Formats: sequence, C-alpha cells, structure tokens
Amino acid sequence: MKTLTLLGLLSVYSLAASNRIHNQAAQFFSSGHTNNWAVLVCTSRFWFNYRHVANTLSVYRSVKRLGIPDSHIVLMLADDMACNHRNPKPATVFSHKNMELNVYGDDVEVDYRGYEVTVENFLRVLTGRLPPSTPRSKRLLSDDRSNILIYLTGHGGNGFLKFQDSEEISNVELADAFEQMWQKRRYNELLFIIDTCQGASMYERFYSPNLMALASSQVGEDSLSHQPDLAIGVHLMDRYTFYLLEFLEDIHPASKANMNDLFKVCPKSQCVSTPGHRTDLFLRDPGSVLITDFFGSVRKVELTMETINLTGTIVQVEQSAVNGELEKETLTYVDQLPVSEIIHQKPKQKDWHPPDGFILGLWTLILMVFFKTYGIKHLKHIF
Amino acid sequence: MSGISKERKRGQLAALSIAAVVIIVGVPLWWKTTETYRAWLPVSQIKELDILQLQLSADVEVVFARGTVTPEQQKKVPLTLTQDDEHIVDENTSLRYKYETKYRTATIMEEDALNQPTAAEADLSLHTLSESPCGSLVVYVIPEMSLLLPKDVDVYVGQRRTALLRIGAQMRVGRTLEQLLAHLEPRLKQVLQVMSFSHTDITAALSDRVRLSPGNKDSIADSMRAFKSSPGYEITFSLLNPDPQSHRLHWDIEGAVETYIQPLLTKLAPLANFSIDSQTLYYTMLGVNPRYDSTYGRYTLNSDSLAHVINPVEARLGSNAASSNPVLNFLLYVPDANHSPLHIHDSHKQEVISNAFHSPRWGGIMVYNVNDFHGPEAVFPVNINIDMTKVMGVFLAQLRLLLGVQSSTPPPGFLMAPCSSVGLADWELDRLMWSRTVENVATATTTITSLAQLLDQIGNIVINDNIAEQVSSAVSSLQLAVAELEAGNLGFALQYSKEAILASERAFFDPSLLHLLYFPDDQKFAIYIPLFLPMCVPILLSLLKIVSEARKKRKEKLAKKD
Repeated sequence: MKTLTLLGLLSVYSLAASNRIHNQAAQFFSSGHTNNWAVLVCTSRFWFNYRHVANTLSVYRSVKRLGIPDSHIVLMLADDMACNHRNPKPATVFSHKNMELNVYGDDVEVDYRGYEVTVENFLRVLTGRLPPSTPRSKRLLSDDRSNILIYLTGHGGNGFLKFQDSEEISNVELADAFEQMWQKRRYNELLFIIDTCQGASMYERFYSPNLMALASSQVGEDSLSHQPDLAIGVHLMDRYTFYLLEFLEDIHPASKANMNDLFKVCPKSQCVSTPGHRTDLFLRDPGSVLITDFFGSVRKVELTMETINLTGTIVQVEQSAVNGELEKETLTYVDQLPVSEIIHQKPKQKDWHPPDGFILGLWTLILMVFFKTYGIKHLKHIF
Repeated sequence: MSGISKERKRGQLAALSIAAVVIIVGVPLWWKTTETYRAWLPVSQIKELDILQLQLSADVEVVFARGTVTPEQQKKVPLTLTQDDEHIVDENTSLRYKYETKYRTATIMEEDALNQPTAAEADLSLHTLSESPCGSLVVYVIPEMSLLLPKDVDVYVGQRRTALLRIGAQMRVGRTLEQLLAHLEPRLKQVLQVMSFSHTDITAALSDRVRLSPGNKDSIADSMRAFKSSPGYEITFSLLNPDPQSHRLHWDIEGAVETYIQPLLTKLAPLANFSIDSQTLYYTMLGVNPRYDSTYGRYTLNSDSLAHVINPVEARLGSNAASSNPVLNFLLYVPDANHSPLHIHDSHKQEVISNAFHSPRWGGIMVYNVNDFHGPEAVFPVNINIDMTKVMGVFLAQLRLLLGVQSSTPPPGFLMAPCSSVGLADWELDRLMWSRTVENVATATTTITSLAQLLDQIGNIVINDNIAEQVSSAVSSLQLAVAELEAGNLGFALQYSKEAILASERAFFDPSLLHLLYFPDDQKFAIYIPLFLPMCVPILLSLLKIVSEARKKRKEKLAKKD
C-alpha cells in the first residue's frame, strides 16, 4: 500500500516536472525571436512640438529600462528641445508636469538628429539600403529572428505622416517598406505604434505577414495632447503615449502581461480619440504575445553542457622584427599632432578669382542705365 | 475677301503644323525624357531560379577489410552503385540526394592500419594513408569479431572523414553479395546522415525560402541558436572584473587565442572571415544577485535568473566592429570577493560543470572562481593568472555551437571520436559546408527573385548599370553553385554560393534603389495640368474650329450640288 502511494506520488511529481520543463521549452520556442530592436521616430521639430519629442524619449526610456541596449535602438529625433533658446530649463525634456521626470537625462543616444530625420533616411533604415559608410549605430541590423518595435509620433493626416514640416510619408510607402523588410526576412514579428492624428490610416495598407499595429486615433479623429506645463509653456505629452507609459511602468522584465492588455490602454474616456489596432496579419494569437516580446529584451539562455578538453601549452606570441626595429614605440597623442604649427598659422593667401556673375551683372546694369540716361555718345570715351 | 481666306488658310496651316509638331515630336520627347533609366536584367533566368531543384552528391567509399567478404564475393567487388533520393519540399523547391557508393577491398597497408589496438590509432594511421577530398567519406567494414570497437558499439566515427562499421552477426556464414550489401545499407545510410547531410539539416538550411512548420524541438533550437550564414564574423573576448580592489587579473588572451581558437578559425576559413579582439572591463557587475546556498557553502545562480544577466552587461560591452558582421561575445566573469565562489545551477539544482551558459545568436558567459588561488589571509589585491586552457575549452565548445556545428545526439551504437584540439572534425566541417552552401543558395535565390519582383512592380525605380551587373553576376554564380553541388565539388560550390550571396546582397541593398516615387494620381494631374493645359487648349480649340469649318464647307458643297 505504501509503495503504491509512493509510486503514485513519484509519477505525479515526474509528470509535473516534465510538464514544467515542457512549459519552459514551449516558452523558449513560442515567440521564435532571439533579439529585439526598436526604431523610435519623432517626426516633428520646433518648440511647440515639444510633446512629440517627450513622447519619443519616454518610450525610449521604457524600452531601455526593460532591457533593449542602445546598440539595438535607432532613435530619430529633431533634438532641438533640450538646447532650445526657449527652454526655461536647458538640457532637459520633461514628460510630466511639475517637471517630475527628465526624460532627456545624460545617457540618451540619438542616432539621427536634426535635419537627418527625413523620410528617405527613415526608409533607408527600415529597408537597409544605407550607404556603405554608415556606422553600425545608425543601422537596423536585424535578422530573421528579430522582433522589432516601431514607434512613430508627430503630425499626421489621412494616409500620410508629416516629417519635419517639409515632406510626408504615405501609408503606401510604409507598407511597401515593410514588405521589402519581409522579403529580406529582416524581422520575425513587428509591432507598429503610431501616435498622431488619424493614425489608423497609416496601418490600413499593410499587407505583409507578422505585423501588429496600434494607433492612437481612427481616421477622421484627432489625437489630443495631455497637459500643458505652465512653467515651460507647451504641452508636455500626448494622451495616448501618456497612458501607454503609465501602463509600461507596471511592466518589468519578467512580467507576463500580454497584448490584449495593451489594446485596452487609453479608452475613449481618457483619450477622447478612439485607439485602434490591427492584428489580422499577425500569425500568433495576441493573447499569447507578451509585452516583453517587443518592449523588452529577454534573452534565451542555454546551459553549456559540453566542454572540450584542451591539451598543450600556450604558444607565446612573439613580436616579430620589422625592418630591423625590435621595439615598437609607444605612440603619444600630442606628438602626433603638430599643435604649435596649427596655433601659429598665418592666414592663407587666397588665390585671385575673376569677379563672379553677380558683380558682373551689377556693373552691367549700372553701365546700361548710365548710357541710357546720358546717351550713347559717352561710349566713345570707353572704346 | 481672298486676303481673309488666305489669312484663314495660313492660320489653319499654322494650327495644324503646331499640332503635328506637338504630337509627332513633343509627345515622344516628353515620354523619353521622363522615362526612368532601367538597365536590362536577365529576367527569364531569374524566373528560372525561382524553381529551385537542388541535387546534393556525396561520394562514399566502402572498403571491406579481411574477414568480411568471402573469396567468391571478393571477385565481384569492386563495384559502384548510385542511389537517388528525391524529396519535394514545396511547389518551388525540390531536393535530390545522390549517393555514389564505391565498394572495394582493403589494401595491405590499410589492413595493417586496421590491426592497431584501438580505434583512435587505427583512424590516425588510416588517415596518413590517404586524404579524402572535401565532401566524401570512407567507411571501413570490419569483421564482427574485431576487437577495435567495444562490444555494444557498431560504428566508430573518426576525426577525419573515415568511419569504422562493424558487420552484423547475420553475415557470419556465407551469403551472397547482394544480401551483404542489403544488410549494410541501413547502417550506411545512418552513417551518411550523421557524417554528411541529413534531410532535416538541409530543410532547416532552406528556411529562408520555405517557412516550414516546426519539426522537433532540437531542430528549432539548432536553427535559432546558430548564426545565419554571413561573409564574416567578429569575435570579442571580454574579461569582466567587478572587484579590482581584491583581484588583479592577468590573462594571456593573445597566446590563448593563437593556440586554441585560431586553428579552428583557420579551418573554418572557407566559410567566413573572422576577426578577433579582446577587452577588459572593470566594475561591471552581473545584474542579478546570487543567493547563498549554505548546504554547498557557495553562492548560486539559478538557471531562471540567467536570462536577465545579459542585458545590463551588454550595455557596457561596446564594440569596435566597423563592419555590419554579426558579433559573438564571449565573457569571462570573475566574481567579486564577497560573492565567491559562484556556481551556476540548473533547474534540478545540480551544479553545471562548465559553469558557463550561452545565449543563441549572441555569445557565451563563463564564471571563473578564483577563491582557491589564494588563502583566507591573503593581502588584497591578489595577483591571479587565469588558467586559459580551461577557459578556452569552454569558449571553444560554445563557439562550435554558435557557429552551427550541430550538437545532436548520435544514434544508438555510434561512438564518436573525442573532439580534437582543433575543435572541429573534418566531417563536421563538411556538414557545415553543405548546410551553408544550401543556405547561401536559398537566400541568394530569394533575394534575387524578390528584387526582380520588386523592380517589376514599381515602375519608377531607376536601375543603374552596376545593379544590373551585380544581378547578372549573382545569377551566373548561382547557376555555377548549383552545378557544382550536382557534380559533388563541395569546395567550389561553397565558393560560388558565397559569391552569389555577396552579389545579390549588394544588388538588393544598393542605396540607389530607394523608392520614394509613389505619386498618387491626383498629384500627377496636379503637376501636369498647369504645364500642358495652357499649351494644349489653343491647339485643341483651333483643331476643333478647323474640323467644324471643314464640315460646314462640305455641307455647303453638298447643298450646292443639290
């Protein structure tokens, strides 16, 4: 009798253990991604668009907190807020009123700043068609097992998004860019969040698989800003992103919250606009997708069970003589730069150039007016 | 009156000639000048590439040792048999495996080699006799009573390209050659699957073309763990010292890399270029607090918490990689004096012997305990020389896994030779070369076909000459690679596949192919109407006037006739 109960207990325990291992293995394989990337874009510039920069920086902070390193984040900002002449608190960008949280900080790494935030650069980053001289930090080096989070904010309209008040990107171009990413297997799954007016129009045209999209407002609706700060004088955040960040504050790297919770963020009562989402292109069920699959970077880890037994001693690496020199000189920076020459330089003699078109045209005009007024007979004094 | 009609005629002629000039000269000129330059692409060849029919050929030599064949059977050997295995993966991809098996008897020198006491020595002396080319195998069939292999082991897989196969008990008394061959066939197939290519490996390598539903968990783990084929890799070794006040660490990384890692990388040179660098980081802690386990008297890290270790460390690692190649990071962490010794425990609370873990497509971390290097009354900081042999053993194993050398368990009855100091057996290299070649070919074909489709779909993209050149070179390299695979020349096939993938990537990612030329129709009208309408309206109106006057005249003529 005792042995029977013991056997029963053992079998139950082993079943539970194998189940747990099976669950862990299932977790390992369910999402299918090994690394995370984030592309965060703020498409506005100028002081009164402070809230868009604050939006983007707050999402950047959350994403970094949850584990994605700077090398895997492509941050595109006009970056003209912190050092703007109108900023009463220079070198800061606040996201809560009463200046609670400085999202600019001292370790923000902006990859595309100022006038580099263009539609062309954005599409180049997404499709990977960058010139060969582009440094690694400005590239999206994702592979077929990367989950990418794309966040766009700014001013938008029905079917387009305005970039820095001078150009626009249409929803067709965006959908084509995602299709090119899919063709080259540059992502495993992609989460697209947009916080602009009529944001839902931007994801209408998507047609590639494994895309999930969220927008802050439907077509015909405006996304509204949250709260102005009277000391700074502008609105600090947009509503949708504000409540999105409140939601993300509760997420930690081991959290099990899923996408269905994210869809409930900022209902109409809080946001005034109706947030929308699109999941028909996504292969997995949104309820099984963790927030940390996109916003965080939880690494899969395997224990190294095998080692290799190495024999033999280490070969000492010898410094080989080059041209008879046996010692390498240690280089010092100051000696390499001819500082004294640079400081005491004389101004360079500029070569003489013939007068260019403007001066010539001006003189021609003056001469013509003179001869018109006083008659052509004065010409003979010249020729 | 006639003057007016002459005037009118001149006017009509002028209007007609202007209309003629506009239509005959202007419209073609406008069409030609607003055309986008598109160089010629070999579209038909690209379409052909869409249907991929790969044939992989392997040469196998089966050598019968003395005692395995009877004299009558020996007369019928030497013999060559070919075997074809066809698999259809999906409607565009099909695979065919061709095994060309040559049977022969052993030479006297080979018999001497097989008379060695152990299998490892036999393997070594057999290798000195002949060098088998890349992609081929030699299987030596030894009699059942041979003492080379232990009792329960039937197959010994050597470090080069040889295997020893023990004949089964049924073949003891004289049977016909056909029965012997039929008996050997399943065993041979198993050996081939282990040592050259198996269907699961090849279909996993085709994952770029075919998104298959996941097979068994091992294959998914393998495909997720290994880096994808790339022309180069960057390897970074980092020493993390969180406690420089207690430990002064010295590691001879240059010598260790030169002795232990470089031979492996030199062997892998046909696959990719490798660049190695190393760094030391101070005051970098692991992001997780280890727990003190009083039963063992040491600090432990649970396997669940390992996943959160990597992120805080990665932010500090930095990299000086100038290319876009994938980076493999190998970290050696020496725990601080307050948390020494530190051991990693798996989910069953068992200690992990290697004290190391790795993350798919990222790299590995090893924890190195130094508390036995000094006594309890040591004066801090203590000078410590790290034992690089042990460390490199672990890193080499992790490097093998991350580069795609499969770690699948061998079938029952197989004995694998222990890993040599190079870290890679020749047949493992062949396996890797096969799967990489297939992967390169699959990736290059999808890249080229999707590029052709993209350029076809979007009529506004400019196709420069250099892109057309790259595409043509990619297509020709692909055709050559497929041909070489069919012929069984693995080395050349890999080289051509690498060229193909480089050319196709360069063509696809050329910066000039950015399509920003989506113009909605209303914008097109908005641009052309102010340009053409003011010019066309007078012409059209005058033409209409001419036509209406001609009609009136004809009516008058008809009326006059009547």
